[in-house]
Amino acid sequence: MRKPVFRGTKPLALTGVLLALSTILLAACGGSPSTLDPAGPIAGRESNVFWLLLIIAAIIFVGVEGMLIYSIFRFRERPDSPPAPQWHGNLKVEIIWTVLPAILLGVILFITIQGLFDVAKEPEGKTVEVTAYGHQWWWEFYYPDSKITTADSLVVPPNTWVKVKLFSNNVIHSFWVPQLTGKTDVVPGHDNVRTFKADKPGRYTGICAEYCGVQHANMRFDVVVTDNFDKFQTWQREQQAAAANPSSDLQAKGKQLYLDQCTTCHGIVGVLENYTGKEDPTVQCVNPEKQNGCLIGPDLTHFGSRKLIAGGVLENNVDQCQPGGDLSNCNLAKWLQDPQKVKPGNDMVIGQLSKDDIAALVAYLESLK
Amino acid sequence: MAVRTVGDGTTTVVREKPFSETFIGEWLTTTDHKKIGLMYMVTAFFFFLVGGMEALLIRAQLALPNGQVLDPETFNQMFTMHGTTMIFLFVMPMMSGFGNYVVPLMIGARDMAFPRMNAFGYWVLLFGGVFIELSFLFHSAPNGGWFMYAPLSLTKDACGVHAYKCTPGMNADFWILGTTMLGISSITGSLNFVVTMLKMRAPGMSINRMPLFCWMILVMSFLLLFALPSLTAASALLLLDRHFGTHFYGFAYGGDPVLWQHLFWSFGHPEVYILILPAFGMVSEILPVFSRKPIFGYTFIAWSGVAIGFLSFTVWAHHMFAVGLPPIAQAFFASSTSLIALPTAVKIFNWLATIFKGNLRFRAPMLFALGFVGMFLIGGLNGAALAVVPFDYQVTDSYFVVSHIHYVLFGGSVLAIFGGIFYWFPKMTGRMMNEKLAQLQFWVLMIGLNLAFFPMHLLGLLGMPRRVYTYPANMGWNELNLLSTIGAFLVGVGVMIFLINLVHSLKKGEKAPSDPWDAFTLEWDTASPPKKYNFLTIPIVRSRRPFYDKKNPEIADWKSVIH
Repeated sequence: MRKPVFRGTKPLALTGVLLALSTILLAACGGSPSTLDPAGPIAGRESNVFWLLLIIAAIIFVGVEGMLIYSIFRFRERPDSPPAPQWHGNLKVEIIWTVLPAILLGVILFITIQGLFDVAKEPEGKTVEVTAYGHQWWWEFYYPDSKITTADSLVVPPNTWVKVKLFSNNVIHSFWVPQLTGKTDVVPGHDNVRTFKADKPGRYTGICAEYCGVQHANMRFDVVVTDNFDKFQTWQREQQAAAANPSSDLQAKGKQLYLDQCTTCHGIVGVLENYTGKEDPTVQCVNPEKQNGCLIGPDLTHFGSRKLIAGGVLENNVDQCQPGGDLSNCNLAKWLQDPQKVKPGNDMVIGQLSKDDIAALVAYLESLK
Repeated sequence: MAVRTVGDGTTTVVREKPFSETFIGEWLTTTDHKKIGLMYMVTAFFFFLVGGMEALLIRAQLALPNGQVLDPETFNQMFTMHGTTMIFLFVMPMMSGFGNYVVPLMIGARDMAFPRMNAFGYWVLLFGGVFIELSFLFHSAPNGGWFMYAPLSLTKDACGVHAYKCTPGMNADFWILGTTMLGISSITGSLNFVVTMLKMRAPGMSINRMPLFCWMILVMSFLLLFALPSLTAASALLLLDRHFGTHFYGFAYGGDPVLWQHLFWSFGHPEVYILILPAFGMVSEILPVFSRKPIFGYTFIAWSGVAIGFLSFTVWAHHMFAVGLPPIAQAFFASSTSLIALPTAVKIFNWLATIFKGNLRFRAPMLFALGFVGMFLIGGLNGAALAVVPFDYQVTDSYFVVSHIHYVLFGGSVLAIFGGIFYWFPKMTGRMMNEKLAQLQFWVLMIGLNLAFFPMHLLGLLGMPRRVYTYPANMGWNELNLLSTIGAFLVGVGVMIFLINLVHSLKKGEKAPSDPWDAFTLEWDTASPPKKYNFLTIPIVRSRRPFYDKKNPEIADWKSVIH
């Protein structure tokens, strides 16, 4: 029975069309935390490897699929086809097509190992140390030198190596900032470290890349690269200060609400008694029997200066949260209204708050710059 | 009902048909390898539909940003069960089914070596599979991902005071007990395959005349025998951690979560070759028949399969490059992974050489086999890219990996499985499948799978992690996700076309002759479907293509080729 012959070629043509189509889409997709838009030497190294691989893969792809298509066109059975040659194999050919890819793979392996050791190198010169603590499901950042703790935003200076110690006392997470560095897992009991450097100021999306439970999808953070090193130091000094005092009755009411309702999990330096800020989690949060200095929720001393809320599930849109204004678009108000609706399964437990209470809390928390 | 007349007809003895001879009883009590093979395949196909629906729910949820189709907990159960179902309940039993049906016929045997153990293996599989899927009824389907990483898979006590959200429910227990049951089934099946192929080949069929499909099933069986104990041990320790207060994986009391990963992947990597090797075998049977040529480089294909088998035990930590292993260990696993690409490449070249200068007949099995070569190549290339550690840091645990595994398992295993079904269906049922529907299905699947899985490469490069139940609208992932969902539903349409074809052909398909494809191997030298005893007389084999020799005595292989 004769069948249409040229059909066999379409999947490959299709792949080509898809390839072209996707390239267009790729170009069109602005705003992605793209691994191919690196902003530092580590991610740069990794994306260079990708382009090289793409070229090699494209050559092999075209060669093999081309051969397949050619055979499909050329060797279909026709009524006048002579019998096919009964070849059983050929040792020489086999050796050639074993050795050639072996050489190619050797080259790729060389690139692999070179790149692997490059990325693992200890950085030289000035470094900033940070401990990234993966919670379920948000990130906390502790700066051992200045003893400050922040959440959801990792603030770093430009053109300086940042050494991130990765800590978890719960499940495995993975630290990934596609534009700055590939992944390193945050494994409980393992002292993993990831170093990276950002070349230019900006905000880069960080993502938890290891499945870590029901809200794995909403465990993002921001890497905020300051304009220069001085600004980074200024930021550190601001963060070291105690919380600002309430400057209005509304804020004072918010402070009282915080003291009544939130202190089991959240600390505010200068407000919560006997609390001087979080301590090194790698010391405080390891021993399962005593975790006194290890409050479960993020420190709120400078909440108003952060860009994200609750593992990046919401932006901290301060401009929509002005006291006295309409809070219907204020994300913090949304969060306080019903955290379980915004991010089902998270740890935040809060009683039903009245509209006024929420307004007071929003006013107070956003004032904590 | 047999009626026997005794004497002059005054006494009539009615012999009650025993249960084992009724239609249902026959299937329930059978030890015939062909019936068991069919039951494996039907069961596996049922689970394929289940796993497919799970996949469509996942894709429906991800079609648009902030999707509301599934709640997060259900989504996590879905992706865990999709992986578990497709791997343990679809591809593995499907390959066992093909092996059961075809291997004894191909080697000229009358049955498997241990027919009753064979039946036992099937029933354990069925109950294990039903057991796992029943977890949905309790809203407690496994939710830790198909590789069940500790400590997420531990209970509250074991995973530290600070981690409230491990998996306290029965979810992981369903997975542990279910996969252990499936493991028992696979072990019995593999033992049976090994003994059958080593001891029961027809006279003259030396091991290097055995069809390549048999070779690949043989390698697969050895892989299962050596890989499964690792999974069983890992699961047993996990069960102890969860319920008996041990701390193998919990870090708070001195255990190590990475131990699970090593144990799991030292099963898990051989496992992916368990899923693909039989597909290699099927393609190596189909391509020669529809090219009217012998397979090119038989020895190289067989031994590259064996090489893959050995090497597959040395590459497991390439799933763990981001775990923080020392660079030198990563370099080792990158090297072994590059090495395993080599025998795979050799296979692809040999397939190309097989169709080269052949007389190609584009019937359904051939289309799927060619599609397999084209798609598996993509899975091979992006797989080799994943072995390049610096690149892997970026794309591991992203959608790029999801794309890779689907090009290998869907573009690879599933296309080969469909090819195999179209190839052996006439033998198994005595009827031909509808060619037009098969071709339509092929094109719908090809378009669907590329639309579903190609954009995932780009999503991964654009920073989309895997296993997320939702994503914000401002990440630039919207269009690609929508494309992927459309592709997934097209695949669903393709499978529906197959179902229609199946039902139609079973009822009204053209009657199949015993050798519809003018094939080369012994299974075609039987009736369609074969009698219970397979062969009236056991054939004598003198070359790798015994049935070809029988049909073409003047130019028989054994006259011209030494092997």
